[in-house]
Formats: sequence, C-alpha cells, structure tokens
Amino acid sequence: MIAEFGYGITLVSFLVAVYSVVAAVYGATKKSASLVESSRRGMLLTFPLITIAAGSLIYLLVNNHFEVAFVYEVTSRSMPTYLKITAWWGGQAGSLLFWSWLLAAFASAVTIRKWDRDIEFLPWVVMVCSVTLVFFLGMVVFYENPFTRYWLVNGNVEPHMFQPALATIFTPQDGNGLNPLLRHPGMVIHPPMLYLGFVSYVIPYAFAMAALITGRTDDRWIRLTRRWSLWAWLFLSFGLVLGGRWAYDVLGWGGYWGWDPVEIAAFMPWLTGTAFLHSVMIQEKRGMLKHWNMILVILTYALVIFGTFLTRSGVLSSVHAFANSPIGPLFMAFVSATLIASIALVIYRWPQLRGETEMKSMLSREALFLLNNLLFMSVLVICFWGVMFPLVSELFTGQKVTVGPPFYERATAPIFAGLMFLMGVAPLSAWGHSTVKTLGRAMWKSALIALVVTVILFITYTMNYIALIGFFLIALVIFVTAQEFWRGARARQRSQNENFFSALSRLMGRNRRRYGGYIIHISMMLMAIGILGMEAFQTSTQGELAKGDALDISGYTVKYRELASWDDTGKGVNFTRATMDIYKNGIYLGQLHPRIDYYFDSQQNMTIPGNRSTFKDDLYIILVDWQPTTAMGATFKIFVNPLVNWLWVGSLLFLVGIIFAAWPDRDPAEEISRRGISLSATQPSAAD
Amino acid sequence: MQRTKFILGGLLILAAVVYLIVSSTQASAEYFMTVDEVKAKGAQAVGQSLRLSGAVMGDTIKYDSATLTLTFDIAHVSGDNAEIEAQGGLAKVLSDAVNDPTRQHVSVVYIGPKPDLLRGEAQAILTGKLDSDGVFHADELLLKCPTKYKQAVPDQAEANK
Repeated sequence: MIAEFGYGITLVSFLVAVYSVVAAVYGATKKSASLVESSRRGMLLTFPLITIAAGSLIYLLVNNHFEVAFVYEVTSRSMPTYLKITAWWGGQAGSLLFWSWLLAAFASAVTIRKWDRDIEFLPWVVMVCSVTLVFFLGMVVFYENPFTRYWLVNGNVEPHMFQPALATIFTPQDGNGLNPLLRHPGMVIHPPMLYLGFVSYVIPYAFAMAALITGRTDDRWIRLTRRWSLWAWLFLSFGLVLGGRWAYDVLGWGGYWGWDPVEIAAFMPWLTGTAFLHSVMIQEKRGMLKHWNMILVILTYALVIFGTFLTRSGVLSSVHAFANSPIGPLFMAFVSATLIASIALVIYRWPQLRGETEMKSMLSREALFLLNNLLFMSVLVICFWGVMFPLVSELFTGQKVTVGPPFYERATAPIFAGLMFLMGVAPLSAWGHSTVKTLGRAMWKSALIALVVTVILFITYTMNYIALIGFFLIALVIFVTAQEFWRGARARQRSQNENFFSALSRLMGRNRRRYGGYIIHISMMLMAIGILGMEAFQTSTQGELAKGDALDISGYTVKYRELASWDDTGKGVNFTRATMDIYKNGIYLGQLHPRIDYYFDSQQNMTIPGNRSTFKDDLYIILVDWQPTTAMGATFKIFVNPLVNWLWVGSLLFLVGIIFAAWPDRDPAEEISRRGISLSATQPSAAD
Repeated sequence: MQRTKFILGGLLILAAVVYLIVSSTQASAEYFMTVDEVKAKGAQAVGQSLRLSGAVMGDTIKYDSATLTLTFDIAHVSGDNAEIEAQGGLAKVLSDAVNDPTRQHVSVVYIGPKPDLLRGEAQAILTGKLDSDGVFHADELLLKCPTKYKQAVPDQAEANK
C-alpha cells in the first residue's frame, strides 16, 4: 500500500516536472506571464510531492518492510533507527530519489525569491532545473525504482512494482543490512554533503543558461548566484574532507585519499568549481573572461552529473561502486546532450560575451587569476585522463591499461606547487598592471621570513628537498596572507582612528569575500602541511607480538598488553579489542585500543585503528590478526603519520573561512541596492 | 605583443601538462589482465606492472601472521563487464569460476594485513608483478564482494512463513 502510494507520488512529481519544462518554454517563447507563473508553481509543487514520496520510503525503511527490494538490500532488523533512515541514500535507487529531493528543494528555494527585474530569467531557470529533475525522477520511475517489491510467481521470487497475475507478496525474514563500512557517522553525512554540493551547482548553471538564452550576458547571473556557488563549494569541499576523515578512521589503511576513481569523480567538479570561484571575480571587476566563466559553469554541471554517474554505474572498478546498472548509458546521453546544447549556446552568444577590456600585464591580478584557472584546469585534465585512460587505451589498443595513485601524485604535485606559489603572489598584485619590481617590493619580507623558516626546518627537521620546497611555499603563503591582514588593518586604524582589533574586524566585515578567501588560503596551507607530512614522512612497521612484547617506531614504543573478544548480540557484532601501552622515549603516554568489529549479518570485518593524535604526529595502530589458541598472540601494523592532524585543523579553519565569506549580509535589501549602484563603491579595489 | 606573450605562456603550460601526463603515464601504467591472458603471455608478462583480477579460491587462503604473508589462488574470470553481465552477473560468474576445475589459476603472495573482505568467491583486483615461477606478488589488493552491495533476490528459505 505504502509502496504503491510512494511510487504513485513519485510518478506524479515526474509528470509535474515535465509539465514545468513545457510550460516554462512555451510561456517564455509566447511571452505569457501566466504560463511562466504556472511553470514556477509546478516547480514549487515538486518539492512537497517528492518529500511525501521520500517520506513513504523512509516509513518502509524504518518499519522493516523487507518485501520492498530496496529496504531488503540496505537495512536489517539489527540496525538502529537513524541508520535505517540514512539508508535512504545507502543504495542506488534511494540515492537517486535523494538527489531529486535536494534538487527540488534548491530549485524551489531559488524560484520562491522575488524576481522583480530578473523576471526574464525565471522561465529558463525553471526549465533547466526541471529538465534535470525530469532526468533524475525518470531514472527513479522507470529504471531504479526504490518501491519495487518481491512477489512469489510460480514458486519463484521476482521483483516487480505491481502485482503480477496470481502472485503473492513475498517478505524475507530479515534484510541484507547496510554495508558495515557505511555504518559510521562520517559515512552517514559524507554522501549528503557531496550531494548538497553537487546539486547546489545546478543553480548557477541554470542562471548561466538563462543568461545565454535571454541574451542578458552581463554579470547579473553571476551576482545572483554568487552565494549559491559559495555554498555549493562549501558542501563539496566538506564532503571531500569528511570522506577522507572517514577513510582514515574506519578503513584502516593508514591514509585518507587513495586516488580512487570515485574520489576523483567528486574532486573534478571541485576543481572547476574552485576555478569558477576565482574567475568570476575577474568578470565582476574587469568585465573579462565571460566566455571562460560560462564554460567553467557548464563544465562543473557536466562533471556533477558525470560524477553522480561514475559513482553509480560501475563503469570503473572502485571500492565505492555499486552494482552494474542499465542507467549508465542514460547518464552518458544526458551529460552529452546538455553539454552539447550548452556549448552551442555559448557559441551562439560568443560575440556578446567579448571582454570589456584587454589583459595588459602578465603580472596583473587578472592575469595571475587566469593562470590559477589554467592550473586548476591542468589538474582536471590530469584527473580526467587518469580516470578515462583504461577505457581509452582499451578502445585504441585493445589492451586495458590503468594508472594508479603514483600517476596522480607525480603529475599533479608540480601543479599544486605552482598553485601555492600563486596564492603567495596573487594577493599582492594589482588589477590592471603589476611589475616584478612592485611585486618584489610587496613580497620580499614574507619571502625572507619563509626562507628563514625553511632553513630552520632544514637544520632541525628534514633534509628532504621536495618537502622543504613545500614548506617554503606554505610559509610564504601564510606570511603573505598574514601581512595582508596586518596591512589592511593598520591602514584602517590610521585613517579611522580605531584600535587595531576593531579596525581588523571592521575591515574583514566590510570585505567578507576577500578576507574569507584569505582565511581559506591559510586553511589550505594548514591542510598542505598535513598532506606533505603524510606524503613525505609517513613510516610504518608491523609484527606479530606475544603479550608483553613491544614494537619500536620513530621514538614510540608500543607494548601489547592484552586482547579481549566479546559479542554484542543486540548490535549483531563481535568486538575484538587489543590494549596497547604507548611510550615515547621511555615516558608512558597512555593506552590505545585498535579493534576489529565482525558483523554477523554481512559476515564482514571492520578494522578500527587505535589513534593517538598530536600536532607533531599521529600514532596509528591497526589490529591485523590474532590467535586465540597461542596465548593470544596478535599481529599489528603501526603507522606514524607526521603532521597529519594539521589536515583536520585546516579543514575546520576552512569551514570558518567559507562561512565567513558566504554569510548573508545584515540587510539583504540594502546590499542589493548597493550592488545595483556601483561596484567600486562597495568593494574597495585591491590594496596596491 | 602582449597577445603573443599570453599565447606563448599558454602554450608553455600546455606543453608542461602534456609532458607531466605522458611521463607519469609511462612511469605508472599498469596492464589490466585476466588469468588467462597472463598464462598466455607466459614469460613475457614477467616483471611488468600488472593489474590482475580473478575470483578468490576460498580454501587456498593462508595467512602467516608472524610474517604477515598472505597467499591464495585466483581463478580466471572475464575482464569484460558486459560479458560478466551476460553470464548472469558478477556474483554468479565468481561462483562459477571457483567451482569450475577447468579454469586456470594463479597463485598470489601479498605481504601485509589481511583485508577484511578477503574470502572465497570475492573478486580480487591485484596490483603487482609476476615472478619467473608464475607467482604473482601483489603490492596492492582490492576486493569486491558483489553480494555485499546487491543480492539479486533473497532466498525463499528466508521467507517469513
């Protein structure tokens, strides 16, 4: 009953979305305001409809309706209720419905606003959102239906949506259960974060398309969606970091990022999104790079869909991949169609998108921003090549060849170094024109301090020259950025006669995007410290220990004390937990408890490391195996991961920075009117 | 003048990226192979970076935790997704491979922790090299258990009756 109801509602919302597309296009071409309004209402209606459909699915999940195939696949009786709810996005069919729900929510949020003088965009924004929604809901309705149930037909169990002739419903005793690896709080919020990021990017894309179709190709669409692209970027970034943290905490291989194709699938829209975030500023300030911004937003949208497809199609071998499914080709068709249509529009509007000024100096801020964009695109090309290489090589040589993490590390490292250098230089360069001399004058102090830091590190910490280059760049960016805060605040302090801290906070409050951006730059550098520490200095050891034995690694002594094993029948898990005494240079630091959880329902282990985290390094112990018979001897693998904690600290600061930059201003009406007048009045040009 | 400078700069970046991609690809390319292909290549495959996939033979899994040495055999399965689908899906193909005595096998050695997902009828995707005795030394071990993600249809025995 509930299943039919949920399916029916999904079908209705699909039809409403189709109607919205038709009404929007027809209304816009016939200049019929009432039809456009009707399409907008249709768009708004999809959200409550999909909410009801999702509610039915959640009801089925929570109440153990295992006759529903999706419920059977992703839940089991022993799962707590919150996991049953979040199992919604634990499988293919449910996650497509989840995607649709988010899209309907965002599209509604954006269509509900006052449109006033942007009313000409409205039908096309509704159209783009609805087309995307039609695609995803179509997947749910026709191919990946989460409401399909099991039926007994002539003694066989078959999944069908509606009752076949003479069939009776079939209810399994218990479900398969969610993969235990996914039953972790980090994993519960990691996919929705990524999806929030993915879906938010539909909105800037929709406005970009509206601008192209209506021919209003000024930067209005960028201003209208600036906050959307910031929030999208926030969620995407946060989703990526959460995934890394989850891998570090749960997967037990001592790392956080493995250049898995699915990780890259989420990373690619982040790259274009980051480039976009930077290059829109050039369009706003200098009226340049209009074609480029269009192409970036189109690429981001295509990569978002492509990323959803990669994670869902099983086209690439990956730990994340779900089963093979017929929806792969459909995704490819949708991505290709929208990509071709969008690019065709850009070409059609090419003359109107010409820049208002020419780029004059190679060292001007706009030129450095352009370079930043090119470097992000380079990383994108490398990633795309790496992901597609097996398919391409098979197509041309018949031999499937793949590239692993060393490929990505080798190819992207110099580009990341270049990006870091730019982060150190670009904030100091002026719009329009800069020279080596002006840049050198602004930079030399920071460069000198960074050099001193590097020399100190060389003497006290490491002789690894690649790491030293990295540390130099990190120090350079941090000092240059800190100097920017200092200089701005000092200047304001003098001119406004305020004390330093109120000058600093007012300065930052008035230039949220700029100083939020600087905070993000610093947070990126903290993250870089962690990544560099892991890449350059990670050490590991392993061994079988009898009780009382110890292993030494990097000054740590890890002593195996005891092992306990017990069942928790309520949760359906067996825990095996080791107790380790930790000493550093002979001083007792405490205990760590690496463990292995064994899930009865899925017969799967989960390895939980024991981790002691400091700013200098992490001691990360994995329980590998144990022998219950021979005096409880056990095998451990131990990593020392230097500096990795900075990665997580950096992520937190990153959040602070981006929320600071994206936080709505106190009075939005006032802000809009200010924006309307002139840019230079509200945003003082770069300090130069 | 400025325009040429920008174009030159752009070309320079392009050249650098192409160089990075080509050289890194050459340095880290791994050839995807199936057990049959490795056997057919014989001595030619020795020493090459390979990515080998096959079905894990459950009763051959041995783990020496003193040396962290893991050994097991894998049986041939097709490397082509479409073919696997045609033969009834990954779970069935893996199960058939393990239970088919005529399939070719390769022995695998891996040093390190025993992966949680390792068990009979799992799909192993191994990165490493073949030695002259035909034993595959894996540096990296990726396992997929299709049943974990999607069990096609529940058994009737599970029914609530």
